[in-house]
Amino acid sequence: MTQHPNSPATGPKSTAQMAPAQRNILLFTGMASLLVMVGVLQSWNVAFSILNMCLISAIMALGVNIQWGYAGLFNVGVMGFAALGGLAGVVISMPPVDAAWAAGGLGVVMGLATGIVTLVLGMMVWRRGQSWGRWRYAATGAIVVIGYILMRSLADPSVDAIEAVDPARTGYLGGLGLPIILSWLVGGIFAAAAAWVVGKISLGLRADYLAIATLGISEIIIYVLKFEDWLSRGVKNVTGLPRPVPYEIDLQANSWFIAFADHLNLPLVDASSLVVKICYALLFTVVLLAVLWLSETALRSPWGRMMRAIRDNETAANAMGKNVTKQHLLVFVLGSAVIGVAGAMMVTLDGQFTPTSYQPLRFTFLIWVMVIAGGSGNNWGAVLGGFLIWFFWIEAEPIGLWLMDVVTSGLPPTHWLRLHLLESAAHTRLMTMGVILLLVLRFSPRGLIPESRR
Amino acid sequence: MDAVLNALVLIGNYIVVPGLAYGSQLALGALGVTMIYAVLRFSNFGHGEIMSFGTMLVIMATFAMQDVGISISPLPTALLALPVGILGAVGLCLLIDRYVYKFYRQQRASPVIYLIVSIGTMFIIGGLIRFIIGPKDRNFADGERFIMKASAFKANTGLAEGLAIKTAQGVTVLTTFVVVGLVFWFLNYTRTGKSMRAFADNEDLALLSGIDPDRVVRITWIITAVLATIAGTLYGLDKSYKPLVYMHLLLPIFASAIVGGVGNPLGAIAGGFVIAFSELAITFAYKKVAAYLIGDGVLGDGLLQLLSTDYKFAVSFMILVIVLLVKPTGIFSGKTL
Repeated sequence: MTQHPNSPATGPKSTAQMAPAQRNILLFTGMASLLVMVGVLQSWNVAFSILNMCLISAIMALGVNIQWGYAGLFNVGVMGFAALGGLAGVVISMPPVDAAWAAGGLGVVMGLATGIVTLVLGMMVWRRGQSWGRWRYAATGAIVVIGYILMRSLADPSVDAIEAVDPARTGYLGGLGLPIILSWLVGGIFAAAAAWVVGKISLGLRADYLAIATLGISEIIIYVLKFEDWLSRGVKNVTGLPRPVPYEIDLQANSWFIAFADHLNLPLVDASSLVVKICYALLFTVVLLAVLWLSETALRSPWGRMMRAIRDNETAANAMGKNVTKQHLLVFVLGSAVIGVAGAMMVTLDGQFTPTSYQPLRFTFLIWVMVIAGGSGNNWGAVLGGFLIWFFWIEAEPIGLWLMDVVTSGLPPTHWLRLHLLESAAHTRLMTMGVILLLVLRFSPRGLIPESRR
Repeated sequence: MDAVLNALVLIGNYIVVPGLAYGSQLALGALGVTMIYAVLRFSNFGHGEIMSFGTMLVIMATFAMQDVGISISPLPTALLALPVGILGAVGLCLLIDRYVYKFYRQQRASPVIYLIVSIGTMFIIGGLIRFIIGPKDRNFADGERFIMKASAFKANTGLAEGLAIKTAQGVTVLTTFVVVGLVFWFLNYTRTGKSMRAFADNEDLALLSGIDPDRVVRITWIITAVLATIAGTLYGLDKSYKPLVYMHLLLPIFASAIVGGVGNPLGAIAGGFVIAFSELAITFAYKKVAAYLIGDGVLGDGLLQLLSTDYKFAVSFMILVIVLLVKPTGIFSGKTL
């Protein structure tokens, strides 16, 4: 039986003394003042880069919250879906490499088409063949093997040809050359498609299977992005993605902007990068508010009530005639799509796509800690968690380093223990995340902003 | 005739021998996962890190022994250091169980909560390991490197291809054989083992007949820690020790356990070998084998490789997907111990 921490049977009674609304406002004000503090103490540029990542993290956390908070589905593959969103950034926005298309575009497209046809044929034969006995396995297997060999023989020469086209600068097919904002939507669609496949395979079985299957698919997505150079340039990275906002250089050359910076009494360089960051922040806020509004509306709708019913008692919901597996699939796809959107936004902000930067700790488990610490099942909680945990994630390393420095200050500066501890401070993040996760789950399983009872 | 023999030797050298060793390591790992699943009923994501933790202690003990000059050459010193790692890992597992899992057992929490908690423990152990030994690569295999060298094999048989067996591979297979034998003897012939099986089979019935649940859980953790340390050390001897690698081993280990039927020890072992051999067989380049059997270049000048070795972990995933689609209960229908 699946039991969510928020289900009435096990969740501790809400004992908030303060009115919840007041408390929430206080929490968000506290978060805002943390950012303001960074702005005043360090610099507003730093504060706004933290804010931008906070906004993206909040959207990712909303996506995970849709899966975990609404439906109790455990997705260990957030990283993969975020990376697919990032791939959309490349595929949509980069200019197409005409030479590469001429060299092998046709072969790759035909190879991909063969792959898809093989899959569809294989599935059809598998479905139809329920009464064929052993022949069912043989026929499906033969189709898959023949299709695979055909696909490889069609695509392989073209792939080599594409990767040989000016490998230092391109060596891949490039993208469609469309505005990068479009990729946010497409990133969502990519992630949703992958989620549909994984969900179709592993939902309806035990909860562990979804976790393991998503762990697997996310690793494989990263491997594909790392090694399929024709698609994403692999470890050579794609840099210089076009931006939806002005470039600093252009701003600095603009006479109107020079006057504006003068008026603010800021150095020109600082002012331009600050304005760029604020532009991003505005765009991201719009997306965050849209996703938040949609999720809240969905949560309040009859559909949301049904999802909670399924989460809290699958058997009863099933008995009421709700198709549990189908709803789980839907909610899993929706949540992954939101993660994909956030992934595309992050690549847009970075201006580059680096497959090696996708680490499970940073992209899967950090998001999980955000949702659980913020309050699973509550969208505002997920947003707050996204902000707060990202803030501390960024600040954990300096704090850890400072802590080690203080602890070992009694030792001579070249003592081996001191050196070792200072060197290891970088790994404190891993442990801190684990400790936070365990502590929150144990002592405050409903998170900072608990799900409200309806 | 020589051509066929050469082809067979090639396959033996690149698939059979490494497959037996890798399969043994996976089997030991999967056996631990499956035991936890059968008794505590969750998939332990922290298993890879427990393996890594035990191995780390073994490495440190090995280095200490090497400094003092203790060795059991031609065998690797790590075998002698194994008890240190086992003790440490057992202590760690019992501590974690006492301070983390016990609470959720009393709450009768759902498996998903255990899953998330196990991920939390994974981080803490992982952080601890990187803190103590750092993220660097460590090679701790010593003693004789080969049981049989490729050149010696070539000289003795007169074949063009050589068959090499590393000491680590031989040690792995032998150790696995002994350990698995002991585990099965324990489960089938001792009173404690039988009580564990009873507990795994039907918790309530086991409680009614007076089996102490805490004791069963403790013993399960002890066995898991022993298996994990041995598996991790053997893997480290065979390849080399790197903390990051053990996290990537989780997927093949889970796949092995599920292929065999989660909760079924026999299945875990079969699953380990299925995954290991498929991984090697699918990522092996058959070009040279084909050259021996049907002549050079008949099938074109490709490597005749089904999947590049970059994707070796994808193989476990594909097998997992096939099992989930075709027979979700695994080869040996699971959930018995």
